[in-house]
Amino acid sequence: MVGWLQEAWLTYQSVVAFIGLNAILALSVYATLACGQLSLANAGFMAIGAYTGGLLTQKTGLPLAPILAACTAVPALVAVPLGLPVLRLRGVFLAIATIGFGEMVRLWFVNWDYTNGALGLVGLPQRAGPLLVYACLGAAMFALWRLRGSRAGYALESIRQDESAARTMGVNTTAYKLGMFVTGAALAGLAGGLEAHLTFMVSPSGYSFSRVVDMLVYAVVGGATGVVGPVVGAAFLTALPEVLRAAGSALGVAPGPLRLFVNGLVLLVVILFLPNGIASLPSRLRARSRERRSRAAPAA
Amino acid sequence: MLLRLREVERAFGGVRAVDGASFEVAEGEIHGLIGPNGAGKTTIINLVSGLMRPTGGEIRLRGERIDGLPPDRIAARGVTRTFQNIRVFPEMTALENVIVGAHLARRAPYWKHLFFLPAAREEAMTTGARAVALLDRVRMRERAAERAANLSYGEQRRVEIARALASDPGVLLLDEPTAGMNPAEVASIAEVIREVARHGHSVLLVEHNVKLVMDVCHRITVLDFGKVIAEGTPAEVAKDPEVIAVYLGAER
Repeated sequence: MVGWLQEAWLTYQSVVAFIGLNAILALSVYATLACGQLSLANAGFMAIGAYTGGLLTQKTGLPLAPILAACTAVPALVAVPLGLPVLRLRGVFLAIATIGFGEMVRLWFVNWDYTNGALGLVGLPQRAGPLLVYACLGAAMFALWRLRGSRAGYALESIRQDESAARTMGVNTTAYKLGMFVTGAALAGLAGGLEAHLTFMVSPSGYSFSRVVDMLVYAVVGGATGVVGPVVGAAFLTALPEVLRAAGSALGVAPGPLRLFVNGLVLLVVILFLPNGIASLPSRLRARSRERRSRAAPAA
Repeated sequence: MLLRLREVERAFGGVRAVDGASFEVAEGEIHGLIGPNGAGKTTIINLVSGLMRPTGGEIRLRGERIDGLPPDRIAARGVTRTFQNIRVFPEMTALENVIVGAHLARRAPYWKHLFFLPAAREEAMTTGARAVALLDRVRMRERAAERAANLSYGEQRRVEIARALASDPGVLLLDEPTAGMNPAEVASIAEVIREVARHGHSVLLVEHNVKLVMDVCHRITVLDFGKVIAEGTPAEVAKDPEVIAVYLGAER
């Protein structure tokens, strides 16, 4: 029994670690969505965090804690001058501008000899494990969950629902939007730093546009109305390929294409039938059974 | 003088929606702003609350210029508003709407809330209690837990007034608070406005309902084509020949 558990852990510990990592990335997108901003710069911030971590580990003998602090702080500092002009844009214009930033960062690293160009940093020591990833995830979830009910939490929610009305209530919308943009950048950078020390390598191809789309899909599929949704979405969509691998080999289908197909299908089904995400399923079922019960009960 | 507009002007291209308007709102006064459609009433509310910048003139609150400041800074100086097309936060409850309005009255930083420190918890409690009291003042206490989107038009308007009062403003700007209401609702809004003034807030009331304005206002300014054409007590304004001409369409 113990031997079997040990073997399962060895097989799946990287999946478990990646669920936690993707959950942090999903929360980084949720941070800006919480005040109604669709920012897609987070793959770029993740790259900055990953390279910061990789370079510090390779070139200095620093312990992991200050290195991860730098992975969080450097992208956050980059986010301030980027956010000030970019957050004046709304909706798709903000999305496009931030996609542009992400591509710029990726191409910078592709062409930078100091970081080995397209090859990236290789042969990093593995310094992070699932435990550290989940400690970081727990802290991020707690900090974002505690926004609820706070002065800042009400301000963010008011910005999401009606920005002009929020301003006339004295909410400094620019400061709050920038604050959440920087928070998202910090979380993405932290995840980048963790990933670099989890996978032994940092390569520019890991931070392409499709990476930030993945993050957004985690948040949307799980539900971007609270901190639980993005984590559920990341867990579901990260574990799914493992399940599909088994199903695919049984059906004689290659797991790669099947994965993309099922991911797209899941996104479609969730948007059509569960607009608030998988995390809203329990409350929906409860509401439905309450409705059924009240219909079944005779009118008093 | 609490609020003073001097030669305020706002042009949209070649059209001067507000064309050198000057008037004053005194402490504790309910000041009516009336005029035909397109006279520039709502534009003045937008200029005073900072959603638009004047293209000329100056607006002073307690002697200090506020024209050109962003809306959140103007709110911080003590000017809040409601909207003609109601803009409550639809997915929040009535109570939560008022708590957002108390944003400027709250001080506890996020980190104190993060770690459940007593200062933050006390502030959350007093904010909640004040919000309930404000909903009580606009007679919405029983509906406090209802989602704003589910409230009737009149109820949403009263939530909006309570929300605007939550930061304890010196001046409350009301932009057509009775638009689309039935006579019973209008009477109840009139009572709410009087009570707001009794609590020491000045009110600048833009309104189409002339009877309401005559009933509740201490002083009235009449606008036509962006210019002030008359000013005075309701009785004075009602007798003014130019006002009668504008409202009854007589030849000038």
